[in-house]
Amino acid sequence: MQQVKHKMPEQAAEERRRNFNEVALGYEAETARAEAARCLQCKTAPCRQGCPVEVDIPKFIKHVKDGDFDAAIDEIKTKNNLPAVCGRVCPQEDQCEKFCIMGKKGEPVGIGRLERFAADCAMAKEREESAALPAEVLGKVAVIGAGPAGLTTAGDLARLGYKVTVFEALHAPGGVLMYGIPEFRLPKAIVQREIAALRKLGVDIQVNAVIGKSYTIDELLNEEGFDAVFIGTGAGLPHFMDIPGENLNGVYSANEFLTRVNLMKAYKFPQTGTPVRVGNRVAVIGAGNVAMDSARTALRLGAEKVYIVYRRSEDEMPARHEELEHAKEEGVEFRLLTAPVRVLGDDKGWVKGIECIKMELGEPDESGRRKPVPVEGSNYVLEVETVVMAIGQGPNPLVQDTTPGLAVNKRGNIVADEAGATSKAGVFAGGDIVTGAATVILAMGAGKKAAAKIHEYVQNKKAAR
Amino acid sequence: MYEIVKKEVLSPGVLLFDVAAPLIAKKCQPGQFVILRIDEDGERIPLTIADFDREAGTITLIFQEVGHTTRQLGTLNKGDGLLDLVGPLGKATHIDKFGTVVCVGGGIGVAPVYPIARAYKQAGNKVVSIIGARNADLLILEKEMAAVSDELIITTDDGSKGRKGLVIHPLQEMIDAGEKIDVVMAIGPVIMMRSVADVTRPYNIHTVVSLNPIMVDGTGMCGGCRVSVGEKNKFACVDGPEFDAHQVDFNGLMARQRMYHDHEKMERCGGGSCKCNK
Ligand SMILES: Cc1cc2nc3c(=O)[nH]c(=O)nc-3n(C[C@H](O)[C@H](O)[C@H](O)COP(=O)(O)OP(=O)(O)OC[C@H]3O[C@@H](n4cnc5c(N)ncnc54)[C@H](O)[C@@H]3O)c2cc1C
Ligand SMILES: Cc1cc2nc3c(=O)[nH]c(=O)nc-3n(C[C@H](O)[C@H](O)[C@H](O)COP(=O)(O)OP(=O)(O)OC[C@H]3O[C@@H](n4cnc5c(N)ncnc54)[C@H](O)[C@@H]3O)c2cc1C
Ligand code: SF4
Ligand code: FES
Repeated sequence: MQQVKHKMPEQAAEERRRNFNEVALGYEAETARAEAARCLQCKTAPCRQGCPVEVDIPKFIKHVKDGDFDAAIDEIKTKNNLPAVCGRVCPQEDQCEKFCIMGKKGEPVGIGRLERFAADCAMAKEREESAALPAEVLGKVAVIGAGPAGLTTAGDLARLGYKVTVFEALHAPGGVLMYGIPEFRLPKAIVQREIAALRKLGVDIQVNAVIGKSYTIDELLNEEGFDAVFIGTGAGLPHFMDIPGENLNGVYSANEFLTRVNLMKAYKFPQTGTPVRVGNRVAVIGAGNVAMDSARTALRLGAEKVYIVYRRSEDEMPARHEELEHAKEEGVEFRLLTAPVRVLGDDKGWVKGIECIKMELGEPDESGRRKPVPVEGSNYVLEVETVVMAIGQGPNPLVQDTTPGLAVNKRGNIVADEAGATSKAGVFAGGDIVTGAATVILAMGAGKKAAAKIHEYVQNKKAAR
Repeated sequence: MYEIVKKEVLSPGVLLFDVAAPLIAKKCQPGQFVILRIDEDGERIPLTIADFDREAGTITLIFQEVGHTTRQLGTLNKGDGLLDLVGPLGKATHIDKFGTVVCVGGGIGVAPVYPIARAYKQAGNKVVSIIGARNADLLILEKEMAAVSDELIITTDDGSKGRKGLVIHPLQEMIDAGEKIDVVMAIGPVIMMRSVADVTRPYNIHTVVSLNPIMVDGTGMCGGCRVSVGEKNKFACVDGPEFDAHQVDFNGLMARQRMYHDHEKMERCGGGSCKCNK
């Protein structure tokens, strides 16, 4: 049997670096069935321990192998409300595929690719889901934030028989899936199709509703008649470095840069209303997924040179391997062991460069990674017109600040237990707002656990009455 | 859809809309703003809530046609709708009984000052308002401001109405005359707000300004609205929009507001070839 995964068809690097079409094209049916045939159908299914939403992986793979793609997606959907999303952006190499037996000798089964295949198949056929919903309404739950955490909680509760209202601050649901992850990795039409499926389950999504402003949590519980509230507001507060020149024109947070391009479709300006400015030379500070997305986006907007400036070495880069490779293929240049110390501006207040200092790796720090230390006198200037800060995000404080009795930790994240229960009765939380910036699938896993806990809480409350 | 239930032209290029938005009308406080989007391809732009009618469930927006979106907004009529409207955003003005409050409004800035002046008055303050514009035609909300102020002073650059000169002149005179001023609230072009801050700084008069940097989300997510206040980065949409005028880096704010100016002109006017000068 073939020891490596079937290759993912992709747009050629030369072509794709200038367009916003999806990079990975997805398996054909034949390839999918051949890849599915690599699965050993292990009795113990070790792959499953790596899946936070507990998809029965061997079972759905068997359906793919047998050519019963409808059955495959139905199986996935019993656990995962956003398979087309997860199949594209989950870090499978650290999740299910990490535990796959096939990975011991060769490459693991391409579980993510098969998941994507099954989801895309169902979408292509515009197959209606036949979810039989319980007739009886078990209660009313409010979900704050329409990112992966909130949407998962909403979907699971709707299936259980709850009337769920999702409140979303932006004009479109999806969270980072809409405003952060670029079109060429995750087409927005796909996100909206998966959300449309949730609406069919009866989930009511209210956009343009900022909780903490439109309603407070206490109002939702005490005046609007919700039995419980789930908070999935994510990690949307951009961090800056506090270096001189950071407020010059041409310095963006990755969030602003990506929001303009993804959610507001600035790449189609002036057909669309929102502009974005990218110079010929762009420096992206950071080396996570957010940084890779920003760098590759800048290329597609026409930048000639795009640098990733990162203070550690390639081994420490937090980005997914695949994204890193894609960025390299497309021509992003890496300035590793390099830290910016100052942004330089021209006399009109625009960026004209960044002063960098070289770093070397010293002793391990608290994170266990070797600590970068500046090399005295190694400063040099990188000439760029645009700088994107992609050095991390923190919790948005709007909800916490207006919710008395809700415990937060010193970083401002909401404190919640494994099941999502917070310090405040009836209030649950999960996803990036609890863990800090993490992944789609972990946010979904948290949403699932919280949905189960909310069900238990509401039923106990009703029984006690 | 949020229906426009009233449209009025206040002065050339300055329009007033009443928009049906019951939830926002129910919750909003003076000093807060909304972000709107006209249609599917539209950008998100912030506008201050200039007034509200909690019973009728409407809010009032007053805006100046300066660029693409505000001009497009100006073409809408009574009965048309806005696709998205989110709010109320930002912190409400700190209203209390301070004593004597001077409310300064320049140009379109009179619109956001109006509900604040009214609230100060209702809280029992003596309200002196100074409103100014380039000329008499551009002056807005004169009657409304008169109704909520103990005293109303008007200035125009060309002297076509009220006193000839800038809004800071009567303010300086009040100070020179030894009148006790407890708070100054100033809203208008950044240059005006900066001059007001310069006037009151030597006397340590608490001065508040409402800033209008470029915004995208309005919820603290993009960081595009950051302004330097007391040498710290603040996000105007959630930490503001009102700040202590003596702490604000106005020069930085002015530079950042120009971020999209040339770019927009060029792209929208076919690369500048049309010479329309807009
Ligand atoms: C650019 C980028 C690329 C990424 N790439 C990957 C990847 O490849 N793979 C991966 O697994 N993960 C990736 N991540 C991380 C992943 O997207 C997040 O971990 C995940 O989206 C977290 O989900 P969430 O539901 O907790 O929050 P979010 O997705 O942040 O959603 C929160 C939602 O809540 C809304 N909200 C916030 N405050 C309020 C309020 N007061 N009232 C109402 N609504 C509110 C927000 O508008 C938002 O829609 C990436 C993140 C970014 C930024
Ligand atoms: C909190 C707040 C309250 C505001 N209240 C009012 C109000 O009550 N009445 C009113 O007339 N205007 C108000 N403004 C300014 C108004 O938002 C801008 O005039 C408008 O965004 C310009 O959009 P445009 O496309 O017509 O102009 P363009 O010049 O084409 O705008 C181009 C880009 O720059 C941004 N932009 C340009 N100038 C400004 C500016 N001064 N402030 C913010 N963004 C800008 C736009 O959002 C857009 O992204 C307010 C701004 C803020 C931040
Ligand atoms: S561990 Fe790998 S081979 Fe075994 S069932 Fe899971 S996917 Fe198939
Ligand atoms: S408008 Fe985005 S952070 Fe304020």
